[in-house]
Amino acid sequence: MQDYFYSLADGIEARLEGGEVVTCSFAAEESDFVRFNRSAVRQAGSVAQRVLTVDLIEGARHALGTLSLAGVPETDRARLSALIGDLREARRQLPEDPFLLYNTSPRSTERRRENELPEPEQVVDEIHRAGRGRDLVGVYAGGAIHAGFASSLGQRNWYESYSFNLDWSFFHAADKAVKASYAGLHWRREDLERRIESAAEQVSVLSRPTRSIRPGRYRVFLAPAALYEIVGMLSWGGFGLRAHRTKTTPLLRMIQEGATLHPSVRVLENTGDGIAPDFQEAGFPRPASVTLIEGGRYRDCLVSPRSAREYGSPTNGASASEVPQSIDVGGGEMAMSSVLRELGTGIYAGNLWYLNFSDRSACRTTGMTRFATFWVEDGVIQAPLGAMRFDETVYRMLGDKLVGLTAEREMILDPGTYFQRAVESARLPGAMVDDFTFTL
Amino acid sequence: MFEEIEDRFREIAPAVDHCSLRIVRERDEHLSVRRGVVQPPRVADDLGAMVTVVEDGGIGYAATSDLSAAGLRRATGRARDWARRTAGRVVVDFRSVQRPVASGEYESRVREPWDGRPLAEKVDLLSAEAERLAAHDSIVDWEAGLWRSAVETLLVSADGGRVAQRFHYLLPTLSATANRGAETQTRTFGGHAYCRQGGLEILREVGFFEAAPRIAEQAAELVSAPDCPSGTMDLVLAPDQMILQIHESIGHPLELDRILGDERNYAGSSFVTPEMFGTYRYGSELLNVVFDPTRPEQLASYAFDDEGQPAIRTYVIHQGILLRPLGGMISQARAGLPGVAGARASSWNRPPIDRMANLNLEPGSARFEDLIAATESGVYMETNCSWSIDDARNKFQFGCEWARLIEKGRLTAVVKKANYRGVSATFWRNLALVGDDATFDVLGTPYCGKGEPNQMMRVGHASPACLFRGVDVFGGA
Repeated sequence: MQDYFYSLADGIEARLEGGEVVTCSFAAEESDFVRFNRSAVRQAGSVAQRVLTVDLIEGARHALGTLSLAGVPETDRARLSALIGDLREARRQLPEDPFLLYNTSPRSTERRRENELPEPEQVVDEIHRAGRGRDLVGVYAGGAIHAGFASSLGQRNWYESYSFNLDWSFFHAADKAVKASYAGLHWRREDLERRIESAAEQVSVLSRPTRSIRPGRYRVFLAPAALYEIVGMLSWGGFGLRAHRTKTTPLLRMIQEGATLHPSVRVLENTGDGIAPDFQEAGFPRPASVTLIEGGRYRDCLVSPRSAREYGSPTNGASASEVPQSIDVGGGEMAMSSVLRELGTGIYAGNLWYLNFSDRSACRTTGMTRFATFWVEDGVIQAPLGAMRFDETVYRMLGDKLVGLTAEREMILDPGTYFQRAVESARLPGAMVDDFTFTL
Repeated sequence: MFEEIEDRFREIAPAVDHCSLRIVRERDEHLSVRRGVVQPPRVADDLGAMVTVVEDGGIGYAATSDLSAAGLRRATGRARDWARRTAGRVVVDFRSVQRPVASGEYESRVREPWDGRPLAEKVDLLSAEAERLAAHDSIVDWEAGLWRSAVETLLVSADGGRVAQRFHYLLPTLSATANRGAETQTRTFGGHAYCRQGGLEILREVGFFEAAPRIAEQAAELVSAPDCPSGTMDLVLAPDQMILQIHESIGHPLELDRILGDERNYAGSSFVTPEMFGTYRYGSELLNVVFDPTRPEQLASYAFDDEGQPAIRTYVIHQGILLRPLGGMISQARAGLPGVAGARASSWNRPPIDRMANLNLEPGSARFEDLIAATESGVYMETNCSWSIDDARNKFQFGCEWARLIEKGRLTAVVKKANYRGVSATFWRNLALVGDDATFDVLGTPYCGKGEPNQMMRVGHASPACLFRGVDVFGGA
């Protein structure tokens, strides 16, 4: 795949005219998807896709085009030739782009992992076996992910990874379920069985009658998967330079009024610890880490090349969306084994779901509890809790109402598969929060 | 091009219980002008196909962008491997699903083709509208954009079925963001709701050329406006909020794959159960909801779904009574319920799942003035900007960009951060008045997310303005 991408890039570069420069960004995957419902297969199949984006530049004028590639040299070269012609014609009709920026300091890299994935038969067999006598619903996604960058300035970058993500739930009945995942690079049957048994044990608690509570404020423990949803909302415009300069960041009060989070809150874009490529689509390298929040105070933004030009700040290798790909929330001092005792009486939230801003300027979010969420009294789980809606500001939940963060942190690999399998990840602790507001 | 691929497929299609090929080509063009700067246009050309095989009761698919004879042969082999691998372990014996031998064509009605105007002219058009968005000192960001898509699909089956469809979509967008200190408000041209099938004539039909000054004015007005009050009050929703209300609290809960449990790990289930169809009172007698793939201008009109089922206009709720779910032929067979032609795939690389298509609320007889006059104390809200609902599609909370108080039957002050919350199972029963044709708008969204693997889908919604009684309304933090 790498040779194929580089040979196509060489071919495009050979067609350049005059002072043209070209950058090529490549994304491909060969994926297996197996979807389960009630421990039976609903859909199963394979997807092979290759996508090339070309930015054809002359001076400050440029135009971008994306093609799905067949992987057949003569077919792809013919379509790319037509695309180059179209981009030249489009560029002729466009004004100069004052915010165009691409990497003119070539730095070639390779990051490659070996394929240690199981055969599809093994996956289906082992998941099917795990679901026997249980109500398993979810999806297995696994296979190769490739990313590349090439420019006519001589830069070549390559990323190749073989990963899997089994994202599933065990249902007890109705909406009573435990969510679990098994994701990584090396599939081992014993690891799967251990996670299966752990999830199955939690399901047994769900057999107790559901507890209902009245809307109000409660002490809550947000498990790492629940905090992931909160941080995911913050990432939606929270950390990008463009959102900060256009005042659309949900962290506006930190910027305009000096609002702070709890001093123990530290947030990084930690590319060095993640699984995403260490280069972005305009060829800029990503640093090992960027500190976004330190000591509860806002520090640095993610700066895409375009924002760098627009706002006169150096890029730090952010993608155009300026959304973190490998977010990292620092741990605290609370032992994970003591969270029920620390919680005392309140709610253990295993997951949150469907978050959105209900007051973006105030960083107030709403969302639902989902999956394993329990009512706890005196440090003992009493009953599963019916789905509750919350509406709360991040300044409270990660600010003056944050009791503490767990020392242990969890690595979560994004199971997302819109358009292509995600390479985003997060490493986060759990969070104990006082007076968390439930509204419905 | 498609005919050659079809011929290759027919030559290699194996003798199995079912084998089909779905070819999709999507060509997109994104243009935008932000803060007076033309953003780099992006074009995309995506071509590929999915082979689906049913064999020994199992099912498998393989998607590939290699459409040569060798590529299709490899994909067919992979799809067969999956079908054999899953046989005896599937949710239903897929041989038992009756599939029609579908034949037909569809093409969007286009009056002014996208390619009829050169790129520079379309960029100039956007530049002019963008400039009109920067009409106030408080506006810190503004943008005008167009997203055009041309999608061709060909669904062929080894038993002779052939469905060819061509779609032309256009989504115009405008936005203005105003800031004052620690307060920022964004006003848009219906969010992403003014997406339709057709050509550049859509811009005139949806009022694109008149919208920018109003959007700028309202953004500037909002940033200094008081917060929406809190309390239980009446609520009048404009069509560009009604579509979200229909989408989340009628459309999704009626999807048959949710009811069957397929989506429980991701998009969620439904508070609706199979025994409710035919008897359950979903809303007041004023509530009439139709699955309507026949409106030429609407985003999700088509002649056949992606499994080849013919698409027919059908009531799903009539006079408030729930009649049928939204499910394609496989879900219908599994559930033993009627459905609609709604099995759709986002592209060649994802298999069809149950989707909404066009789901429309039929107009009533109340003029807009009647809706306001019938409200003693309430709020009128336009344009969704926040949405959240539980996994059973029951407890929801939605927010709107722009709102005005209604006091003693009259529209009064503009308020910001207007939110409301409720429960689907009871909310629609409080539908008190339904607006007439003059309040009706044909809208949609290109961003409905669902499925494992995930799929983003175009769906259409049309609705009049509506009045609801006794809603829990609230404002900012």
